[in-house]
Amino acid sequence: MTNHLLRMTGVNKSFPGVKALSDMQLELRHNEVLALVGENGAGKSTLMKLLSGIYVPDSGRFEIDGREVVIAGTRHAQELGISIIHQEFNLMQDLTVAQNIYIGREPRVGGVFLSERRMNRKAQFLFGKIGIDLDPRARVGDLTVAKQQMVEIAKALSFRSRILIMDEPTAALNDAEVATLHALIRNFTNRDTGVIYISHRMDELKAVSDRISVIRDGEYVDTVSTTETSMRAVINLMVGREISGNQRPDAIPATDEVVLKVTGLCTKALLRDVSFELRKGEILGFAGLMGAGRTEVARAIVGADRLSAGTVELGGRPVRIPSPAAAAALGLGYLSEDRKHLGLMLERDVKDNIALSSLKMFSRMGVLDNRAMKATASEYIGKLRIKTPSSAQAAKNLSGGNQQKIVIAKWLVKDCDILIFDEPTRGIDVGAKEEIYSLLNELAAQGKSIIMISSELPEVLRLSHRIAVMSGGRLTGFLSNAEANQENIMELATQNIADGTTGTTVHTAGAQR
Amino acid sequence: MTLVKETAQAGKTAGDKKSELSTRIRASFQQLLAFASLLALVLFFSVASANFYQAANLSNILLSTVVTGLLALGTTFVIITGGIDLSIGTGMTLCSVMTAVFMTQLGLPMILGVLCGVVFGALMGGVNGLFVAVLKIPSFIATLAMMMVAAGLALVISGTKPIYTNEVAGFQKVFALGKSIPGLVIPNAVFILFAAAVIAGLILSKTVLGRYTYSIGSNEQATALSGVNVRKWTVLIYTLAGCFTGLAGVIATARLNSAQPAGGMGLELQAIAAVVIGGTSLQGGKGSIIGTVIGALIMSVLTNGLSIMSIPQEWQQVAVGVVILLAVYLDMMRRRQSAK
Repeated sequence: MTNHLLRMTGVNKSFPGVKALSDMQLELRHNEVLALVGENGAGKSTLMKLLSGIYVPDSGRFEIDGREVVIAGTRHAQELGISIIHQEFNLMQDLTVAQNIYIGREPRVGGVFLSERRMNRKAQFLFGKIGIDLDPRARVGDLTVAKQQMVEIAKALSFRSRILIMDEPTAALNDAEVATLHALIRNFTNRDTGVIYISHRMDELKAVSDRISVIRDGEYVDTVSTTETSMRAVINLMVGREISGNQRPDAIPATDEVVLKVTGLCTKALLRDVSFELRKGEILGFAGLMGAGRTEVARAIVGADRLSAGTVELGGRPVRIPSPAAAAALGLGYLSEDRKHLGLMLERDVKDNIALSSLKMFSRMGVLDNRAMKATASEYIGKLRIKTPSSAQAAKNLSGGNQQKIVIAKWLVKDCDILIFDEPTRGIDVGAKEEIYSLLNELAAQGKSIIMISSELPEVLRLSHRIAVMSGGRLTGFLSNAEANQENIMELATQNIADGTTGTTVHTAGAQR
Repeated sequence: MTLVKETAQAGKTAGDKKSELSTRIRASFQQLLAFASLLALVLFFSVASANFYQAANLSNILLSTVVTGLLALGTTFVIITGGIDLSIGTGMTLCSVMTAVFMTQLGLPMILGVLCGVVFGALMGGVNGLFVAVLKIPSFIATLAMMMVAAGLALVISGTKPIYTNEVAGFQKVFALGKSIPGLVIPNAVFILFAAAVIAGLILSKTVLGRYTYSIGSNEQATALSGVNVRKWTVLIYTLAGCFTGLAGVIATARLNSAQPAGGMGLELQAIAAVVIGGTSLQGGKGSIIGTVIGALIMSVLTNGLSIMSIPQEWQQVAVGVVILLAVYLDMMRRRQSAK
């Protein structure tokens, strides 16, 4: 039997109150990119932290090249050739690229003094070897997210890693950057090395992985060959039940009542002449590439950013919305993209977070009704299947996807009539996505009007009654759900604005008004 | 493989080089602004009063900057790590008392007494560092406690009476008021301050300790995950800051040729103000020694100039408070602009 590059068996890990991993196993072969998939809370993060030396397992056997190893801390893991690139970067924003990469092992002069020049030269040499373009002296805080990820990768590769673990590496990258990343991964993988690639994005797994290992609820399920297995089958393994995909919206809204009308919206930074209408009971999807301006539109409408021109009408009446608080008071709610930083009080518990936007509802003469808050929290924990031991659990202890569900619950409690969801299922696993989708449909059926901004085209197609496409700060077109497909959305999303041509709008009966 | 590099290579143009330069300029902007403000203040007071721009007065200004300036130098390191040290004021007083004790009651020769004073300061710093790094007590609380302890110990050890060091020959001359550099009217203490500033600047920008100071302040967790022993280095950083506190105590004793056990409280806030005016952020990760020096000078120029103009001391305090607010506000505005 040939030795595997990395093999773990019988791994168990518990935390107070929860068993994270139970008899877990994993095998990574040489010259292989192994995708690791599982729902949120399945144990991927814990598994990776064990491998990179952040946690110590309760029991289990680890082998590299057939030889048993005991991983004793992060330094040791690095020395063994295991490098991990986390979802949330571990970079010092105020230091330069080279300083970040060589932190802890800076070239020195006389033991105490640093040799900045030698370090920058080392970094430049490294970049040339790997084939990436970075300035060693650039301040990391000034770089784009994609470039920062390159720094993380360069750092990992500078340790002569053999096993590279990447946790949701493409969450914040555009398509070109994803392609660059995949090229880097293919370049890295050879008969001495391997990559473990954790991602929710099925199309990426198809593109870059050789095999896919599935785990569920802390246990190992199966490993399948990427080419021989359909994504549907993988998803079924992940959730343990059948998921029907490729659906389209259940019903077309019958009303013509316009609840929100935006005309000529402009912002100093990006938006140019954005105009659209939102009807009652409708889900209007906003599609486009990163940087197209969709989040900017949402922020401008709810008053988080200032408009340089344009009007907003709610229910036919022009309104001035100076702040998100004013927007919420008018029944207009916005779920931001970066929920962890902009949507949650991490130190407070689930109950407080859910009630946050609606405290007036829970208070009598300024005093809070704790019992009512608890009851509402329980209601939404059930409705959204939020995985938490109780509503008294601190928000920071929940997994990323469940944290997002709390934010959604918060706005649902507020009972807004118009909701803007910005990337509603980012970081949420497949099973929970379904719940969010049926929730959105339910809300629309109840008469709420929803603007849904999403970068996942299948999601946009699945839910939107109409789709607005943006590119470069302008609206390039509207599509009804019947006529829309991934191709024509992409076409509108990549329409070049720079040469002065204004966006063409694709008209069909009933698509735009 | 090179496909990736080639397509990316095209991006680095003359435009990138230019933006690199402007980024560097913007980064030093706070320091330039602070320096310009210092010059503006000097100009203003020189015009407002004939007595300001005199050699004797300027020398006075520099001399009055020394103790606060030394404290500010040390605490710059602590603030860059994202912490704060409230104990440096009374800590200095305790070191002042201990130096006097070493030299008079324990009869140590002058140099040894001075050295012991500095080491005592380092030890206090080390204790602060242990509380913060090992016991994980927030620096505000840990150093607040130390501030009280130091104040009390200074009174206890001195018997609540000043300790005179007149018997130590040459002490006041060498470490404070003597003018050892021929031809210049600047007292020795000022040279000690600037020498200390040069050393502090070198340490911060050129040594491993300095690098880790920025790193811990920028992202302590990432630094730890990168394999750096954050605990050890935090203790060392606070210890280094303590050396400056010790030195400040020595000079304070030398200036008056006595250790005054009841003073010191309030100096820590002046030192922190100097650091902040100089462009160091209380959130950590950014800062410089040059900025601190300029900040300390701005504070003393301001108080000196106002008093020469016969503005009562109470109003001087108001003025300093306003300056601090302005400096921090401008820094925040600039930070927000560059983030866009």
